[in-house]
Formats: sequence, structure tokens, C-alpha cells
Amino acid sequence: MSVPLTLLGLLDRAPSHGYDLKRHYDTLFGNDKPLSFGQVYASLGRLTRDGLIESRAEPGDGPDRKSYAITDAGHGQVAEWLGEPVEPAPHLQTVLFVKVVLALLLDRDAAGYLDLQRRTHLARMRELTEIKRTGGPAELLLADYGLFHLEADLRWIDLTTARLGTLAETVRIAETGKNA
Amino acid sequence: MSTNMLIEAVDVHRSFGTTPALTGASVAVAAGEVVAVMGPSGSGKSTLLHCLAGIYLPDSGEVRFDGSRVDGLNDTARTRLRRTAFGFVFQFGQLVPELTVADNVALPLLLGKVRRKEAYARAEEWLDRLGLSGLGGRRTGELSGGQAQRVAIARALVTRPRVLFADEPTGSLDSLTGEQVMDELMNVVRAEGTAVVLVTHDARVASYADREIMVRDGKALTVGAVGR
Ligand SMILES: Nc1ncnc2c1ncn2[C@@H]1O[C@H](COP(=O)(O)OP(=O)(O)OP(=O)(O)O)[C@@H](O)[C@H]1O
Ligand SMILES: [Mg+2]
Repeated sequence: MSVPLTLLGLLDRAPSHGYDLKRHYDTLFGNDKPLSFGQVYASLGRLTRDGLIESRAEPGDGPDRKSYAITDAGHGQVAEWLGEPVEPAPHLQTVLFVKVVLALLLDRDAAGYLDLQRRTHLARMRELTEIKRTGGPAELLLADYGLFHLEADLRWIDLTTARLGTLAETVRIAETGKNA
Repeated sequence: MSTNMLIEAVDVHRSFGTTPALTGASVAVAAGEVVAVMGPSGSGKSTLLHCLAGIYLPDSGEVRFDGSRVDGLNDTARTRLRRTAFGFVFQFGQLVPELTVADNVALPLLLGKVRRKEAYARAEEWLDRLGLSGLGGRRTGELSGGQAQRVAIARALVTRPRVLFADEPTGSLDSLTGEQVMDELMNVVRAEGTAVVLVTHDARVASYADREIMVRDGKALTVGAVGR
């Protein structure tokens, strides 16, 4: 995810100090990976250099006496970014996929692996469902996002489980070049 | 053998003609526990639910409820058990279309010889609990899918059963409506301490449960954390 663009988006709502901006970001998007102050100030520096935001010094002392505000160019940039679709990344080369193909090639227990993965996925889905029940709006949206993606994995896991017999046969034929 | 289980099936076999539907299924559900039953189409999930609920008798194996054999009971005794201790919610077609919402919810109480006034008062209470206040006078044909499923849940729980059997209760609803119905269902069963056997294809629905049971080729595979 683009940290500078996200910070720019937050500044499109209201001007902010670097510290508040970081807190706002962490609450909405940080999940278990909060931004470092280094990242925040590096991003703000870049945005200022590109003319997308302006800083204003405020009276008083301490490091956080600068308030940042979006410029017209910055406003345009956010509008453009929000209007663009993201790359539909098919996540094809996940470890999950690689493990199943290898298990089939090596004639290991692919079904056992898939069952275990299914259980692990569902356990995580239970946690996310619980987060939805107890968490705030940003957590709800994030948990939903996770749930739908895990569900997609699960459907693939179920389908692959159902296809294992045929798949193993196909892999064997491809490897030995003959019907078993 | 686990003794603190509310309902259990032990090595249950059940065929339809020459089609084996269950080939040695064992499951156990504790009081107040919510268990999702998953598995491919035709694997025997609904048959398992029907056997647990005493609707089908197993060809062999045992079904126990609250420590007593269910499979040994005669038809009348099993019907009584279903009426008093069990509640049911299915994917569709469970409400009586000619009756109003309140009639549908009061029906199990009236069948159980509860006085009319009392039955309707309790029906009203359950409609309130499921966010259906004011809909008691509607015919069930005039409800949305989500409302109809809530009415079905109210009707299933109005007798305050120990176990709720639900077979794809959100199967005909869109994601958001299904989620709202599941939220309501979980709220009431948690408050009542009702055990739930929830058959579903939908992993997001299953993720409301305490654990899942996988049914494959007529056998039940218990996985996930036992108990709460
Ligand atoms: N009343 C019946 N008469 C004949 N065969 C039946 C009957 N009920 C179920 N079966 C058969 O028993 C097997 C298990 O069916 P069951 O309905 O339990 O599967 P299921 O897991 O609930 O499937 P689905 O997910 O499609 O609802 C299937 O082969 C089915 O055709
Ligand atoms: Mg079924």
C-alpha cells in the first residue's frame, strides 16, 4: 500500500500534525504494523516537495509544531487515485498453492495438508467474526475483507480436495509419460 | 464415552435403499455449544441432522439426547421430544403462508397446549427479540427473505428448546442479510444457552460457531476446539 498517498488522503479531510496523522493512520490501517515516525516524516517531506501538501509552523516549541495541509494539486491527486482501479492481483503463487502442487508431485498427503489448512483458515475466520462483533467500524471492514479472502481460499481448498484423485493421476501421467 | 454431552450420535449408519448416506458417523455436542456441520453436497450432513433430531432412525448405531437413547423411542415419544426439546430452521418453506407471522410463531405453543393468550404474548416477545416488532399481523408471504428467516427462528425458539437444528438457515439470503440473521440468531441462542447444530456450506456462516464438524462420505470428522 502507498503510505504517502494514504497520508495525503487523510490530509484531504483536515489539516493535521504529523503525530496525529500517524495515530489516525494506525487506527484505520495500521492493524498490527503501525507506521514509524521516520516513515511519516519522510512521506510528508516527499509530499511537500511534490507540492501536494504545505506545512505551516505554529508558535511554541517541540518537534511537532508543524501543521500540514493539502494543496489543490494534492486534492486532485487524491481524487485521481481514488478513481483508479487496483490491479486485480490473483495471488497465484502463494505458499498454499505451491505446497499443494509439491505434495501432489512428491506423492505426499495432499488431502491431509488441505484438511489442516482448512481448519486453520476456519479458526482464523472465527477470530475475525469475533472481531466484527466487538470491534469498531474500521476493524469491521478489515475483518470482512479478510473473511471474504479466506473464504475464497477455502472454496479453492474444498474444490481441490474434491479433485485430488484426478489431479494426482494427471500429475503421475505427466511425470512418467504413461498411464498407470 | 463422553458423559457431559447434550446430544450425540455414535457410529450411526443410515442408507436410503441402496444409497449409503451415513457410514459410521459420530458426533457430540455439549449444552449451549454451537457447532457448524460442513462438507460436500451429498456427504450426509442433512441426514446426520435428521438422525440427531430423531426424524430419521439410524439403521445401526446410537443417538442420545441428555443421556437417554433417542433411537429406541417410538414415533409418539420422538415427536414429543422434537416438540419440546428441539427447534428447527431450514432454508425455506417452513412458515405456513395462510397464517400471520404471529400465528406462525405461536403455533408450536398452541400445539403444546399453551393457552391462546399466553401463546400470543410469548410470540410477540420473540418477535420483538428478533427485531420484528409490529410485523405480527402480516401474512408470511409478504415478508422479505431475511424477515421470513427471523420469523422461522422465533418460531423455532419460542418453546425454548435445548437444541436448535438449522439446515442452511441463510442459504437463500444475500451476504449482508445472511450476516444480520446470523447475528440475531447468535444473540438469542447465546442468551438462551441453546445448543445449535448448524449445517452450512458457507464458511463465513460457519465461523460464527464454536467449532466445525466435517462430513465426508457419510463419516463425520470432528475438528476444532471442543467446548467453549
Ligand atoms: N430421502 C432420501 N431418499 C433417498 N436418498 C436420500 C434421501 N435423503 C438423502 N439421500 C441421499 O443420501 C446421501 C446424503 O444426502 P444428504 O441430504 O444427507 O446430503 P447433504 O450433505 O445434506 O447434501 P447437500 O449439501 O446437497 O444438502 C445423498 O446421496 C442423497 O442422495
Ligand atoms: Mg443437505
